[in-house]
Amino acid sequence: MNWLQRYVRPEQVRELSLLLLIIVAVIVFGSMIDNYYTSRTFNRIASSVAIITIVAVGQTLVVLTRNIDLSVGSIVGCTAYFTGTLLAQNNDLHPLLVVLAAVALGSVLGAINGVFVAWGRVPSIIVTLGTLAIYRGLLVDLSGAKTVTTDSLPSWLVDLPRVNLFAIGEFDFRAMFMLALMIVIIFQVGTSFLALGRRLYAIGSNPDAAKLIGLPIKRLVFLTFVLSGALSGLAGFVTLARFGNITVEAGRGLELEVVAAVVVGGVNIFGGSGTIMGAMLGAIMIGILEQSLFRLQISEFWRDALLGLLILLAVASDAVILQRLRSLWARADLKFIAKPPDDGPAPERRAPP
Amino acid sequence: MSALGRLKSWEGLLLALLVIIVAVNIEHSPYYLGVGNIVNLFQLSIEKIIVALIMTLVIINGEIDLSVASVMGLAACVLAWLFEMGTPMPLAIVGGLLAGLAAGLFNGFWVAYVGLPSLAVTLAGLIGYRGIARILVEDHPIGNFPEWFNLVGQQPLIGPVTVSIVIFALLFVIIAITLHSSALGRLVYVIGNNLQAARYSGIRVRLVKMTLFGASGTIAALAGILYAARLGSVRGDMAAGFELDIITIVLLGGVSIFGGSGNLAGVGLSILVILNLRNGMGLASITGNTQTSVIGALLILSVLVPNMAQTISNKWNGRET
Repeated sequence: MNWLQRYVRPEQVRELSLLLLIIVAVIVFGSMIDNYYTSRTFNRIASSVAIITIVAVGQTLVVLTRNIDLSVGSIVGCTAYFTGTLLAQNNDLHPLLVVLAAVALGSVLGAINGVFVAWGRVPSIIVTLGTLAIYRGLLVDLSGAKTVTTDSLPSWLVDLPRVNLFAIGEFDFRAMFMLALMIVIIFQVGTSFLALGRRLYAIGSNPDAAKLIGLPIKRLVFLTFVLSGALSGLAGFVTLARFGNITVEAGRGLELEVVAAVVVGGVNIFGGSGTIMGAMLGAIMIGILEQSLFRLQISEFWRDALLGLLILLAVASDAVILQRLRSLWARADLKFIAKPPDDGPAPERRAPP
Repeated sequence: MSALGRLKSWEGLLLALLVIIVAVNIEHSPYYLGVGNIVNLFQLSIEKIIVALIMTLVIINGEIDLSVASVMGLAACVLAWLFEMGTPMPLAIVGGLLAGLAAGLFNGFWVAYVGLPSLAVTLAGLIGYRGIARILVEDHPIGNFPEWFNLVGQQPLIGPVTVSIVIFALLFVIIAITLHSSALGRLVYVIGNNLQAARYSGIRVRLVKMTLFGASGTIAALAGILYAARLGSVRGDMAAGFELDIITIVLLGGVSIFGGSGNLAGVGLSILVILNLRNGMGLASITGNTQTSVIGALLILSVLVPNMAQTISNKWNGRET
């Protein structure tokens, strides 16, 4: 047990158990659905997971600092629609410019959230519940309820979802999925090793202490909202590429799936713990659930009920099991410190008063 | 400025806002203050304002219930499902109410006994209860309820006042008495102000929270059933997204999202402000989506403005925040 506690943290136990749950789910669904273990299933799940994962990375950053961003669905809708309109009007726009436009629009919308939360001192749930409605309202008004259609888009964009970077056997690794994977890796490394990333954890686990040691809390919280907006913007671009036809309803309700992915992935809703990798696992779990229930046909309506149950289980297991694990780990650490080394005299230690 | 002074000025602000909105509306239409229009005003959002009353208690208690709109949908769908199975209508109504009570107690159990954050629990409820509603009715609307049930939603009872409005008025009085002059009401404030202190002084925090979540579920179910009666048919996605309006009403009424402060008079005023605002925007032919945007902006402003006022008054007094 000791070696385990030395090398594995409680959060990793949490992620490993989610991984186990994913494997169990795949086995269960595999026994219920014919032809489940094929490349087709993999490809479907991979491309549906991409959008949720990209947004969930941004959401994780926000949630780590003890905030929440409920406006992501509306930001995805706005960027998908407006980038689509822009592209429909100028078909020969450079692809990179299009992506930049989507990310820029998302960042601006995220920055608006951030200003209210960081400097207006309005709780994030209120700000983003408000902007969830405002951004969607703006989209409906400015668009005049028109639709972006696939045939008005340039062919490179329409073909993008089917672009393969490489394939292992029949399993295609498509550009969108690899993009999401790349973002996960970048932000996982960033939050694990950069000082900036560790500061987000510090703010979330103890805001008062973070303030006392002089962290620029307002600027960091603002930054997380901008990043969440920017990633939602990128997801908006992916949505545009994947679906082609974009109505003003695009991305509605996405915020629930994203928050679900983050919470199921083991990110504490009160900040301070959880990883980007976990959020991705959460997104994959939800993607598997969605696609498999879709294949089961009878139970498309069961999706939401199961999703709700999954969130509840995730949060409950966090509170009940993870707390115990943490105290177990902490006790082991104490023992390790208290026990004098076997060889030689004990190091100088002040006697307890 | 004392807390009481600020509270008073907040309600003063709401009252001023109300007068301005009503004045502008009268400018638009001379029949605005007619009895018919005022009844209509209430009738169009009656379900939301009924739920806002109990939401006030939940938020003052320091919790939040995001699942109310889904519970409204769930209750209506349970009712419709039971009705379709051949259950007599009164029993189906009881079934709907019980489903709401069960949903509320289920939320309450996880919050009060397991100690989970209500934000996460009711978010799960928001998704999950809607899911159950969808399982029950799938994607077809259910209608053809008995005539008397539809009349409950539409028929005037006392003069031009409908059953829903009477229920709203009764609930307003009951909840006002509970919150402001009963032991339970004091406990709601104490727990919202300082959960630890409340626990250490031997208050049965769990019981109070269970009561509130149970009541929240039941009243949301009642509102959902009234909504079904008003529309005359039930769909899986009915009342979806209502939580935004409901929470906006409560917070605009001066209730703190962190719990412990606010009162029902403020919420009453904010109900009038929002109803008149929506109706006024309708008169000025502003569409539903823009209306929702304005409500969203109002939600942010209702917290931002007091914050800014606090900052400015602190600067004025030479204190740093």
